Amino acid sequence: MNTHVKITQTAGEPADLSRRSFLVGTAAAGLALGYSAVPGLLGADQALAATGNFDPSVWYSIAPDGLVTVTCGKADMGQHIASTMAQIIAEELGASWKDMRVQLASNDPKFNDPVLGAQITGGSWSTMMNYDAMSRAGAAGRLALTEAAATAMGVPASELVVRESTVTHPKSKKSMTFADIVKSGKATKTFTPDELKAIKLKTPDQYTMIGVSVPQLDIPSKTNGTAKYGIDVMLPGMVYGKVVTPPVRYGATVKSVDDSEAKKVPGFIKAVTLDDKTATTTGWVVAVANTYANARKAADALKITYNDGPNAKLSSESLLTEAKRLQKLDDSGLFFVKDGDTAAAFGTAAKVFEAEYTTNINIHAPLEPMNATAQLQGDIWHLYSGNQFATRSGAIAAGAAGVDPKFVVMHQMWLGGGFGRRLDADMMVPAVQAAKAVGKPVKVIYSRENDMTMDFSRPLTFQKVKAGLDGDGKLIALNHDVVSAWPTKRWGIPDFLTPSVDKKGGLDGFTVNGADFFYTVPNHNVRAILNEMAHNATPSGQLRSVAPGWTFWAVESMVDELAHAAGKDPAQYRIDMLDGKGANAGGAQRLRNTLLAAMGMAGYGSRQLPKGEGMGVACVSSQERATASWTACVAHVAVTPSGEVKVKKLTVATDVGTQVHPDNIRAQVEGAALWGLSLALYEKATLKDGGIEQTNFDTYTPLRMSQVPEVAISVIANGEKATGVGEPAVTVIAPALANAIFNASGARVRSLPITAEAVKAGMSKA
Amino acid sequence: MPNLNINGRNMSVEAANDTPLLWVIREQLQMTGTKFGCGAGLCGACTVHVNGEAVRSCQTSVSDAAGKKITTIEGLSVKGDHPLQKAWIAEQVPQCGYCQSGQIMQAASLLAKNSNPTKDEVVAHMDGNLCRCMTYSRIQKAIMRAAADMRTASNAGDRRPT
Repeated sequence: MNTHVKITQTAGEPADLSRRSFLVGTAAAGLALGYSAVPGLLGADQALAATGNFDPSVWYSIAPDGLVTVTCGKADMGQHIASTMAQIIAEELGASWKDMRVQLASNDPKFNDPVLGAQITGGSWSTMMNYDAMSRAGAAGRLALTEAAATAMGVPASELVVRESTVTHPKSKKSMTFADIVKSGKATKTFTPDELKAIKLKTPDQYTMIGVSVPQLDIPSKTNGTAKYGIDVMLPGMVYGKVVTPPVRYGATVKSVDDSEAKKVPGFIKAVTLDDKTATTTGWVVAVANTYANARKAADALKITYNDGPNAKLSSESLLTEAKRLQKLDDSGLFFVKDGDTAAAFGTAAKVFEAEYTTNINIHAPLEPMNATAQLQGDIWHLYSGNQFATRSGAIAAGAAGVDPKFVVMHQMWLGGGFGRRLDADMMVPAVQAAKAVGKPVKVIYSRENDMTMDFSRPLTFQKVKAGLDGDGKLIALNHDVVSAWPTKRWGIPDFLTPSVDKKGGLDGFTVNGADFFYTVPNHNVRAILNEMAHNATPSGQLRSVAPGWTFWAVESMVDELAHAAGKDPAQYRIDMLDGKGANAGGAQRLRNTLLAAMGMAGYGSRQLPKGEGMGVACVSSQERATASWTACVAHVAVTPSGEVKVKKLTVATDVGTQVHPDNIRAQVEGAALWGLSLALYEKATLKDGGIEQTNFDTYTPLRMSQVPEVAISVIANGEKATGVGEPAVTVIAPALANAIFNASGARVRSLPITAEAVKAGMSKA
Repeated sequence: MPNLNINGRNMSVEAANDTPLLWVIREQLQMTGTKFGCGAGLCGACTVHVNGEAVRSCQTSVSDAAGKKITTIEGLSVKGDHPLQKAWIAEQVPQCGYCQSGQIMQAASLLAKNSNPTKDEVVAHMDGNLCRCMTYSRIQKAIMRAAADMRTASNAGDRRPT
């Protein structure tokens, strides 16, 4: 998705009751779209009459005590986005940071993202897409407060100064706090959308809040146990559900449920077999009991037989074999990039290289296992869960309940990790259907085993890259095929698909983003190929950084291979291709500068390294071409003769345009880089007999403290628009490591995760 | 009906003897600061103190904990101002925050015995606690800061934080 399309309304269209399209239709129905629907000022009189608060916009409210409560429409999964929204508002509003509070929005469409027209959190989009709206909301409040203060003081508004939640008239030394003004009830100015757009915002040199590492508002509650996550929800009369999931990831159905042993468990209430018309889950049963401990016991005591379904014999190997078969077909897939004429260029190329790159299945495994609490009150379903896609998840919950989505209220909680996992809504289904079956509120909590084996995983991917060099070693032709499950297609939202360049259909851009890089390559094809077998057997999801996590693995490895083949320094080879010609103007230069910054910090090329050590570079335009944060890495590794890789240092530079909160950016970039390292070396899931083999942290093994290398980060803030920081650094690490391993040992590895065996095998070939 | 002493209070709970302490604390007593992560002692999110030792409450039966002194994140300090909690804020450690109760409880058991740990000692003590947001370097810094603060307080003759 290279241009951000709003989710279009499909209200009025006849409902297609066949599963996903039904949900999509109803999900989008009635959505208010875009900025025009975001009231600049609600009826302030009404708001004041109701609560005594001043509500300058839907995004925040000022109470008579002067506290400013920001409602965050984005899911906060540790990126402190609620605090960031408050910070942007506070900048223009002129509020003191100590007066700022945050709360999390419900799924009311009025809290939809102003650019995306829905409530969805991902893509490292939140800051860039809300910066303008939050700035204008803040500024509108300041103007309204100033006007009210001017009237009260009897002075011209133009002579007033707003700072630290106080409006001051320097000439007369009169001042009013925000609290005074709100209490006076005089702040009533309203703004039309056009007036909001016309507000002159501060210029960066006037900033006093943006660019400052203020204390994150959510952190104290995360040091004393008081932050409430979905799993912490308690409702009166609530009982508990533990899901029992089948041995096959997707496609199984329940044949029989014998609850005779479960009935012996004290507190057992019922075994509920899901009837999931949303097709989010297959073959799930929920054991409901008075406590979660008893629900777990009852779940263990259920004897369930299954029809294992069409995917029961599939394995990672069969998915890879199928991917390779599809890639060889001339008519597979859809073109994401088609520049020049690669076939002709390969005919003139002096040298042609081909390489295959693979990534294995990866599991999100946020530390808070999936959970949801459902309660029916009157006609309204209340869902309590930390979720990244309230718009669609509410529709899935409605589908599970058999009601229109307008009868579903999503109560957002803090997310105990998201990483894309909570874009999905599977947890809503057992919660709703169990609550319906027992007539009580039910909190469903997955075991870690449920969570891992039923993840909407990063798909297994296979990429074939064919490259042609001219006589000078210059890259003149590139064919890049990307074969994977299509996570976004599974959502069934047509607007999230990208039209192919030859208009032959919609492809899942979230499987190929990044392949449309900023290098100048005159003849360049990228094909997105759906691996239907993988798509059905391992319903995939968006895992932190999504496609650039594998596309740059292939691109940045291949570019390195080509540089070596051409006898050029791999960093210089990249710089030469980042010439900023044509559509690459601007972006290419920013990426080049970022790469140079990382090289400088790491001492690339200027330090003599001992034998067995090496540095490798990579640079990426993650997440998407239109939303890139320019990120480069120099990895420094040591490789033992047995192929063991010791990461000595990761040096990461990233150009984020404008930094709202420097310390948070560093935290996000470091976390993302370590995610990249974890995916590159330590995390691997496998499919066998249709099921994910890894069930807990003994066999699926994310990075631990003892595996953390030195990480150096340079954040480049050059005054361009703010970009995202949560994901890009994930994607640059694996290729930088592989390139460093090559320089250290001569071994070229092309499969993730990188293993000592693969490195050793590569060394013997070198 | 096991009798538990949690954060200095005696309470009797209705739970079978083999019920993991974690679920009694979280769901029956509704002290939700202690988190469920893996149910297998592999992640450390459920760490509490039993007689001053850091244990995984998902692997500790309620009967084994009966009669012992149990401390959860809610009871680590009265006002949430244990040196580790203050250091966690000063270093802005948490991202999603879900593992951090367990991290803090695990770290507290180290500093109670060793207020001057080396980096290697910190890593060895903390390696069983997963942080999926990968805040590890800030956790380390915060532990070192808290240790330094505790030594300063101790040297100044102040009452040593417990």
